[in-house]
Amino acid sequence: MIQVESLHKKFGKNVVMAGLELDIHQGGIFAILGPNGSGKTTLIKTLLGMVIPNKGSITVMDSPVRNKWNYRQDINYLPQIANFPGNLRVKELIAMIKDIRQKPSNEQKLIGLFGLEPFLDKKLSNLSGGTKQKVNIVLTFMFDSPLIILDEPTNGLDPLSLIRLKELIFEEKAKGKTFLITSHIMQFVEEVSDQIVYLLEGKIYFKGSILELKTKTGQSNFEHAIAAISTHNNHD
Amino acid sequence: MPLRQYQPTTTMIKILKYSFYDLMRSRWSYVYFLFYLLLGFVLLFLNNELSKAVITLMNVIIVLVPLIGTIFGVMYYYNSKEFTELLLAQPIKRSSIFLGQYFGVAGSLTVSLVLGLGIPFTLYGLFQSNAIWDFSLLLITGAFLTLIFTAVAFNIALANENKIKGFGYAVLAWLFLAVIYDGLFLMSLIVFEEYPLDNLSLIATMFNPIDLSRTLILLKLDISALLGYTGAIFKQFFGTNLGLLMSIFMLFLWTVIPVWRLGYVAKRKDF
Repeated sequence: MIQVESLHKKFGKNVVMAGLELDIHQGGIFAILGPNGSGKTTLIKTLLGMVIPNKGSITVMDSPVRNKWNYRQDINYLPQIANFPGNLRVKELIAMIKDIRQKPSNEQKLIGLFGLEPFLDKKLSNLSGGTKQKVNIVLTFMFDSPLIILDEPTNGLDPLSLIRLKELIFEEKAKGKTFLITSHIMQFVEEVSDQIVYLLEGKIYFKGSILELKTKTGQSNFEHAIAAISTHNNHD
Repeated sequence: MPLRQYQPTTTMIKILKYSFYDLMRSRWSYVYFLFYLLLGFVLLFLNNELSKAVITLMNVIIVLVPLIGTIFGVMYYYNSKEFTELLLAQPIKRSSIFLGQYFGVAGSLTVSLVLGLGIPFTLYGLFQSNAIWDFSLLLITGAFLTLIFTAVAFNIALANENKIKGFGYAVLAWLFLAVIYDGLFLMSLIVFEEYPLDNLSLIATMFNPIDLSRTLILLKLDISALLGYTGAIFKQFFGTNLGLLMSIFMLFLWTVIPVWRLGYVAKRKDF
């Protein structure tokens, strides 16, 4: 599904990716974790072609990423900060993305699921952060794509919407889809993810299941295991 | 799967359409349109003659159109950053996103200009008058200047993450081409007056789209008194017709190069 080979990326003098290697097979939920500034968002953005690597090659669903755009038709992406053009109405934004993607969509079901009906005629600049995030989720899940990338999907969500989001993720996973998720909420990660990909200093520091992580670090609690893996490195 | 094959040009038209409507709904497009409408009526009222109004109009257009193109271009680029980021994650070619937005801005500004000035002049009997060609040329030049300066503004904005810096550089670029360039040019003529400067001034005019537009319109209007030094050399060197063609060609180059660069830079940038 995704192959990343010796990925290098610098922003000025700041090295963000230092020969990162990653191989992700189809199906399942992969949590991309790492301390702040470890390159989680950069990794996601290179997969999407928004950030262009200095070196290395990326293949998504057998298509090389560089200078291509068609492959994004098979990716649904939820950006970290839900900033939308403020003078558009929710309805218009959904229609616009549909017009651009030209793919069958099931936005009605999702609008109902997240109770967005009263907001459809509101301008995006007048929505609260949580409501914007719900719109963001609708835009991400309304198309049927094999790869779904979620950058901090729980941001600003109320408990009910969070439950709905998890249900949605499991529902799509059952259809054999692949998820890449970043999150700072460890409880959420532990609940949804099958595999942990831990980034540190521009490389994959750990890749495996939660159980493997706990065994490796000798911690029984997932949150502590993650904390241990970050400090463990400092002692090396 | 023929349905899944995307045509970059049609996506670009879609982006163009969204940007265009977005701007057409904004208050500033109306302000710009109403300004030209008012300017047209006032000039015709004061001058009472179409051809004279065209000259006054030229002086306004040549300075104001670039300024508005610059400011709108920069503002639109920074304001639509979120929209751009949303689009970048969609299956769209990068150049389609930026060129679509660019043509949306430049297009809506041109529409405001053409309608704002066209309405009063048409009501005044433009189509029955000899000034129609002069007036049309004026609008074409105005359209070129809009395309050129919006493209320059997009280039500057794309190179500067910092809004304030980008805005500053863009306004400086306008100030340089609209005011400072002429001053420097005149000074160099005075300093090097012993030397033959014909070719230098010819080239200097080519490198400034504002000077080029002024020369183009004055050549067409055939008012030697207003042509000034460069205009006179232009006329002497190319003759009126070749001079006209030459300056239109140069304006065309001035449009194509920044637009091409916009696509080129956008392809290589990180977002």
